[in-house]
Amino acid sequence: MLAEKLRAALVIARRDFVAVIFSKTFIFFLLGPVFPIVVGGMAGNIGAQVQRDLDNPVVGVALPAHEGDRMVRARDAMADRMAGPVPEFVVLERLRAGESYDARAALARGGGIAAVVTGTLDAPVLTGTPERLGSWRGMVSTFAARAQSASPGGFPDVAVDSVATSVAQERNGQVLTAQAAQVLLFLLVMLLAGMVLSNLVEEKGNKIIEVLAAAIPMDALFLGKLFAMLAVSLVGIAVWGMGYGVVVLLGAKAVPVLAAPAVGWPAFLILGFLYFAMAYLLLGSLFLSIGGMASTVREVQTLSMPVTMTQLMVFFFASYALARPGTWIETASLVFPVSSPFAMLARAAQAPELWPHAVALVWQAGWVLLIVRLGAQLFRRTVMKSGAAGGRARRGWLAALLRRRTA
Amino acid sequence: MKMQLGEWPVSGNAVDAAHAELAIEARGLVKRFDGFTAVDGVDIAVPKGSIYGILGPNGAGKTTTLRMLLGIIDPDSGYRRVLGHERPTEVARRIGYLPEERGLYPAMKAYEAIAFLAALRGVPLKVGRRRGRELLEAHGLGYAADRQIRQLSKGMAQQVQLLGTLVHEPDLVVFDEPFSGLDALNQGKLERTIRELAARGTTVIFSTHVIAHAERLCDQIAIIAGGKVPFAGPVDAARDRLRPQVRLETRSPDGPWRAALPADARHEGAFWHFTLPESGVEPLLRALIEGQAGILSLSIERPGLHDAFVAIAGEAAARALEEAPTEEEPAGKGRR
Repeated sequence: MLAEKLRAALVIARRDFVAVIFSKTFIFFLLGPVFPIVVGGMAGNIGAQVQRDLDNPVVGVALPAHEGDRMVRARDAMADRMAGPVPEFVVLERLRAGESYDARAALARGGGIAAVVTGTLDAPVLTGTPERLGSWRGMVSTFAARAQSASPGGFPDVAVDSVATSVAQERNGQVLTAQAAQVLLFLLVMLLAGMVLSNLVEEKGNKIIEVLAAAIPMDALFLGKLFAMLAVSLVGIAVWGMGYGVVVLLGAKAVPVLAAPAVGWPAFLILGFLYFAMAYLLLGSLFLSIGGMASTVREVQTLSMPVTMTQLMVFFFASYALARPGTWIETASLVFPVSSPFAMLARAAQAPELWPHAVALVWQAGWVLLIVRLGAQLFRRTVMKSGAAGGRARRGWLAALLRRRTA
Repeated sequence: MKMQLGEWPVSGNAVDAAHAELAIEARGLVKRFDGFTAVDGVDIAVPKGSIYGILGPNGAGKTTTLRMLLGIIDPDSGYRRVLGHERPTEVARRIGYLPEERGLYPAMKAYEAIAFLAALRGVPLKVGRRRGRELLEAHGLGYAADRQIRQLSKGMAQQVQLLGTLVHEPDLVVFDEPFSGLDALNQGKLERTIRELAARGTTVIFSTHVIAHAERLCDQIAIIAGGKVPFAGPVDAARDRLRPQVRLETRSPDGPWRAALPADARHEGAFWHFTLPESGVEPLLRALIEGQAGILSLSIERPGLHDAFVAIAGEAAARALEEAPTEEEPAGKGRR
């Protein structure tokens, strides 16, 4: 019987695999990761440009005689040695003895002036908004001290000795690798789970599902669909991997290269695939079970939204735990079945031990078996419950649910 | 006389069926959907090699019954045995099923669709592809073998699905409303196919709400209404539930012969219509002749299945049967 189920699952998997691979949808699936990269890059560049254009503050200086000029020279001399962006300093007015300057009026006039320095170099007064004052108070003090200095060139040269990396930098790099792996895993799983769900709903719409249900066991249908998408994802990953490799070879310097994970790249990639398979099988089972209950796209959207949102929270949970190694939060994210693949993949990027992964994979596989089994049972019970009575009954509570949602 | 539910066998003639080798045997099948009882104690016995019809109006429980018999859904209670197995899925390879709502993957080529349906029933893909082409050729559709389902007409797509249902040469074929949506020509072709299948020893069971199909094709029928089966057995047994009807034409409009007519006799035009008395035709004839009726014509008509259906299932079920729509949704919707 098991052999028959596997044979039937293979028939379904082969059909679905071929259908997806040779569909237009698959082209969009392959292009999927390009869109966020391109859009993100464009948005980042545009945002940075807008920020540069908008936030080009100028500090006006109105000090007695030539004190203002000295302040500006001090700023120019020290700008490169200051941490963070340094605003331009311009002389607004060279004050004569006893003359005062209305800084508030200058700010009210605009003209790009974000703050005004008045008073003297001994006792400068900085006028501006609280945010500007907080950022620039220390800087103005430093420039004033520098402007008063008798020997302004007294900064020693610093010899440099460059190293490839440091423990701190390596750690940061591995955290970035972990985050990137989590995001990739999450996107891939959600994309595939969505595809398997829409595939099922279309089959219900096509009325093919009844032919399938009459010919093969329901759990074989369930497994066949899951494994077809898993195979589709392998093709996708292979194509993306080759694409990335080509891009790295063509423009290696331009493409960001992630820091090597703690377990090393080969082990990390193998673990990544295994955790992806676990996460996908868990989530795919949930989505297929939902698809079994729904008969229209609208019903699917209604029913799958809570699962999607929950999965998003699980992803955030695993991401949050990533930065808190050794805490109960990390332990919880490692143990909780749905977040475990994400958390363990992040761990693989940050810790070199391999044995926890063996334990985690056994733990996750147990949950996969349980969820797939329960999912297949639920699927079997609900997917063909489309007779007049079943339909009427389901329409009743779904209609009520939809009414509540749209109210 | 209507049978009590849960009795087995459900009709006198079903005794013969019970003794014959059965392809399908079901007792007391019950299926509820969230409180609604769709099938309420259905008993069916389908002899091997027979053509068996499940006759009833839409919503009577025909599809649910067939789905339970095929193992697509499990009954809440009751017993079923299909081709000697209590789990129909174990003999799925020996069964062909054409559901009422037909569907194929629109992007598949016609021969591929047949091969896929064959593969579901355990036929190797290579063999299925070869048989698919052969079947299409044999049924005059060879030119469409490489066309996608979405490029075929509805009738052609239905034929492709029918061929896919039969490609693995099943011992039992189940059709759910097979004549729905077919034109007269294709209905005739399907009737011939069903007869050919039975002639080869294949058991055919189909549901229908068209009495004429059941009457023309079936060896046995089950009448289903409101989820219950008030009659199951040979078509003749259903018709025998009613006494034959007599149509009499006489030269004499009145006379002592009138006393020979039963109380239900009614006069319409030139004819008298009445139920043949239980004493038979000979005493009736004798009384008419002795009463100087001057018999011009006398015919005895056996009741049709429609009359039997009305008598067994009731007027309301018969009306529902006649009002049932016959058009189906187009085939091949959606995508591959």
